[in-house]
Amino acid sequence: MDITAASGTAIAPAARAVEVIGTDLTERSLRRYLEGIAGVDAVGLEARAAGLGTRSIKKESKAWALDKVISLIDLTTLEGADTPGKVRSLAAKAKVPDANDLSTPQVAAVCVYGDMVPYAVTALGAAHAGARSDGGGVNVAAVATAFPSGRASRSVKLADTVDAVAAGADEIDMVIDRGAFLSGRYGQVFDEIVAVKEACKRVDGSYAHLKVILETGELSTYDNVRRASWLAILAGGDFIKTSTGKVSPAATLPVTLSMLEVVRDWHRLTGEQVGVKPAGGIRTSKDAIKYLVTVAETVGEEWLQPHLFRFGASSLLNDVLLQRQKLATGHYSGSSYVTID
Amino acid sequence: MSPARLTVPKTYKLYIGGKFPRSESGRVYEVTSRKGTFMANVAKASRKDARDAVLAARAAVSGWSGATGYNRGQVLYRIAELLDGRRAQFSAEIARAEGVSAAAADAQVDEAIDLWVWYAGWADKYVQVAGNANPVSGPFFNLSTPEPTGVVAVVAPQGAGQGSGSLLGFVRAVAPALVSGNTAVVIPNEQAPLSALSLAEVLATSDVPAGVVNILSGSAAEIAPWLAGHADVNAVDLLGAGELEWVDLQIAAAETLKRVSPPESGPDAGAPSVERITFFTETKTVWHTKGLL
Amino acid sequence: MTFLEYAPAPESTAILDLKSEYGLFINGGFQPGNGEAFQTISPATEQQISTVSCADEADVDTAVAAARKAYEKTWSKMSGADRGKYLFRIARLVQERSRELAVAESLDNGKPIKESRDADIPLVAAWFFYYAGWADKLDYAGLGSAPRSLGVAAQVIPWNFPLLMLSWKIAPALAAGNTVVLKPAETTPLTALLFAEILQQAELPDGVVNIITGAGATGSALVNHPDVDKVAFTGSTAVGREIARSTAGTAKKLTLELGGKGANIVFDDAPIDQAIEGIVNGIFFNQGQVCCAGSRLLVQESVHDEVVDRLKQRLSTLRVGDPLDKNTDIGAINSATQLGRMRELSDIGEAEGADKWSADCVLPDEGFWFPPTIFTNVSTSHRIARDEIFGPVLSVLTFRTPDEAIAKANNTPYGLSAGIWTDKGSRILAVADKLRAGVVWANTFNKFDPASPFGGYKESGYGREGGRHGLTAYLAPAKTAATSTRPAVKGSSK
Repeated sequence: MDITAASGTAIAPAARAVEVIGTDLTERSLRRYLEGIAGVDAVGLEARAAGLGTRSIKKESKAWALDKVISLIDLTTLEGADTPGKVRSLAAKAKVPDANDLSTPQVAAVCVYGDMVPYAVTALGAAHAGARSDGGGVNVAAVATAFPSGRASRSVKLADTVDAVAAGADEIDMVIDRGAFLSGRYGQVFDEIVAVKEACKRVDGSYAHLKVILETGELSTYDNVRRASWLAILAGGDFIKTSTGKVSPAATLPVTLSMLEVVRDWHRLTGEQVGVKPAGGIRTSKDAIKYLVTVAETVGEEWLQPHLFRFGASSLLNDVLLQRQKLATGHYSGSSYVTID
Repeated sequence: MSPARLTVPKTYKLYIGGKFPRSESGRVYEVTSRKGTFMANVAKASRKDARDAVLAARAAVSGWSGATGYNRGQVLYRIAELLDGRRAQFSAEIARAEGVSAAAADAQVDEAIDLWVWYAGWADKYVQVAGNANPVSGPFFNLSTPEPTGVVAVVAPQGAGQGSGSLLGFVRAVAPALVSGNTAVVIPNEQAPLSALSLAEVLATSDVPAGVVNILSGSAAEIAPWLAGHADVNAVDLLGAGELEWVDLQIAAAETLKRVSPPESGPDAGAPSVERITFFTETKTVWHTKGLL
Repeated sequence: MTFLEYAPAPESTAILDLKSEYGLFINGGFQPGNGEAFQTISPATEQQISTVSCADEADVDTAVAAARKAYEKTWSKMSGADRGKYLFRIARLVQERSRELAVAESLDNGKPIKESRDADIPLVAAWFFYYAGWADKLDYAGLGSAPRSLGVAAQVIPWNFPLLMLSWKIAPALAAGNTVVLKPAETTPLTALLFAEILQQAELPDGVVNIITGAGATGSALVNHPDVDKVAFTGSTAVGREIARSTAGTAKKLTLELGGKGANIVFDDAPIDQAIEGIVNGIFFNQGQVCCAGSRLLVQESVHDEVVDRLKQRLSTLRVGDPLDKNTDIGAINSATQLGRMRELSDIGEAEGADKWSADCVLPDEGFWFPPTIFTNVSTSHRIARDEIFGPVLSVLTFRTPDEAIAKANNTPYGLSAGIWTDKGSRILAVADKLRAGVVWANTFNKFDPASPFGGYKESGYGREGGRHGLTAYLAPAKTAATSTRPAVKGSSK
């Protein structure tokens, strides 16, 4: 299927888009819808994010927040040098983040490249969410669709996705085609998300959760971020995610805030809950708590659950563990007291 | 020589909203030359005339202040052009009314003409001199601009044969307020109102929109309090009010926080200055966000 | 406890070292006043903070005489560069003691510590820093070369931004070469008195700044003192009108910064989330006790319901309570008197048929509190659409076209501030042109900066504070300046 930007070209019928835009789902109607979304004033958005960042989270709120942050982390390794050993190490950390304090919650997921999914699944073993029926456990998330650039043919991207799902990935982190988006070919981006979503379908008819990475650092403007967020949601994304972590800037508080506002508006419009995942660049507990505040005050505290909010991070976890140890012991901890994985 | 031709004297009336009405009160007062000979029965404005004049001035604000500075400048310059063409008439009228020499009357008219030219040139410049781009600490474009305050009530310099003269005094009082786009209700020289009322004819036939200048001849002491207390007047220029109970006028003006310019006396009263333009302006500061993203 | 309840995060008051009693700051030292001393209390708890002297007419006399002497003997003779250095010193001392000043301000005024810490006090330092640099550059103020200072400035400031208003008054006055007698508001004298200590640390020459505390009578005696050359007042239009009357006929140069009923205009293409924030900031910043508050929301009819809906949702996240808690968004109302006025006007709003909605929040038992409140179905004729409430109460009105928005925005005797929210740049500029207000914020609100002139049209007062314009309020052209700007024309001299 080759979709061009030609106006009027029909695009894939995704249930959400049909419901909101109508059955006459074309490139033109999609464009009109996206361009009708209110603009963003960058100064005001950044000021609001900065304001949220000044909340002072202390004592029991901080203790709760630190545990919450851990439980929302997609513990990530996305290196060309990744090996099964590295992934096993990551999985071990995901299951038991702090061996000295078994009350420490597990992270939400480990996030790896598609070829590492089998190792992650094996390493998690009984802790793998897919191996449990109680709703607990750690998920395996796989980046797919020619991550991080997304520069591959549609068929390669779909095969990438199908592979990862078949290998046991619970979640797929796909990238949108930023080139297509920036040149205004919204229908193409839309269709691709719909197609990838279909590729997330398992043999039993269930779907792997689809996180749609907008790569906001390449979209550049908040108006684009907002438009891309709507587009990803309309096309069926379960999550919208800021970044691959390979492009700077990655996640920022204002970008995440603007995405949360879209999610909030989608909920107002349809009652459906869509997740948000800032990824890349969140390294400290202090920063992570600012995100929690932003989520709670924008979409509501209800969103602070793994199926609605995630942090894509690697070094963040250790900083949270250090802070957690400080709260528990009353004195500051050091890097020798957390594990390097 | 044939006998002197019998002249056709002019009826001097008020100037309100571009028209020349008699006072609604039907009153006139006798204006004499410096030597005491009868010159005219001039309309004597009442408080209701003052009310009508303020209404006319208010109605003219949006058009006049909304015109471009370039446009206002040309309109004011046009006054100078027309005045120059009627130089002899004004000079003769002034010489008789003020009892000054023909040369002095000529000089007064010339200075008045040149003063219109000078102020005309400011119309598209005073904003640059009085405005400011402000370097605030943040992502904002911030600009301060002076704007006309609205309707200005003006007491022109009083007294025949004093100060800078009845025409020049009037122009010094009125022109600066007009530069920025204010409209004016003016009480001209009570004893020597003729040149101002004749100037109304110039204004009426130039391109000055109706209502931009309104002239109320009569008793300054009687009319000024109505203007100073009028809630729809934004500023009061007491330039020529030194002999009136001007402190009371200022107190009346305080009721609606009008801007009040104090009386001045002597030949330098109302001497041309940029400050006389900017006094009747308000500085508006607009903040705009600046965002690339 | 839910996460959003946030554990208390109180700013410590240990940083404060307050005296139990403060005198009048005259001629470089503290001295008792002749009037009856009064208490300053914390509006959040109604607890007494300190006892403050009250200046009577004799004290005012002493203070004005001290300022006069300092003007004649010291300050008017000092080089601009040295005056500037004193102001720079003051700016630095304010920065050094900023946390202490912020805590004192929140304690005495009731405003949230995040505002005193992040807005008021940083702006105080910025104000002194900005005007410090002007002191030796007065030739560039726009009044021609060598402009003159005026003499002794009498300054009376309000309680809503106590130290910030002090800086708006004192910084330009001193930079221009004037000396000062300042009276802080009766309910918020604390930071002005701490500021007096800062002046001592800065070794500012005695008498250059005198700070006298007291109520309305003290202020009245000060502005009406015959040896005062300049009067600067920020406060209510009623008092401003009284000052304009009482100074009529004098040579006192007058700056008045009075009330407002600012229109915040939201067009249907506004950046909606930022507009909501701007509306909130516009009317709930400092509990709405702001003369330039956006107290009238003019929203385009087509987006009215959505805006109101979002606004209510947003207000539900505002945290009302202890001003010293770092997470407090809405603090205490400054005084029982102010609270009474808010309640009265709010009751009138309901009686006139507007629909009242208040955020669901638990208000403390002690102290003065008013919940964030919105009135919808407000008509332009309602008193809540015309009178300054000076509290966290927003009146929502609608419009259909830009012309109607402008007409309604301007339909008030006030003319201090306005806001415009639209994505369309050309509309911003055109609407801003037509608004009769001294400060217009486009896609933002309640922004202040020492470089930016502030002040009103119409009954919001006259004169400007801030920027080059604010400096000229304390200067007069050199004696010869008037002739230098005259045209060279002198008739066609025959």
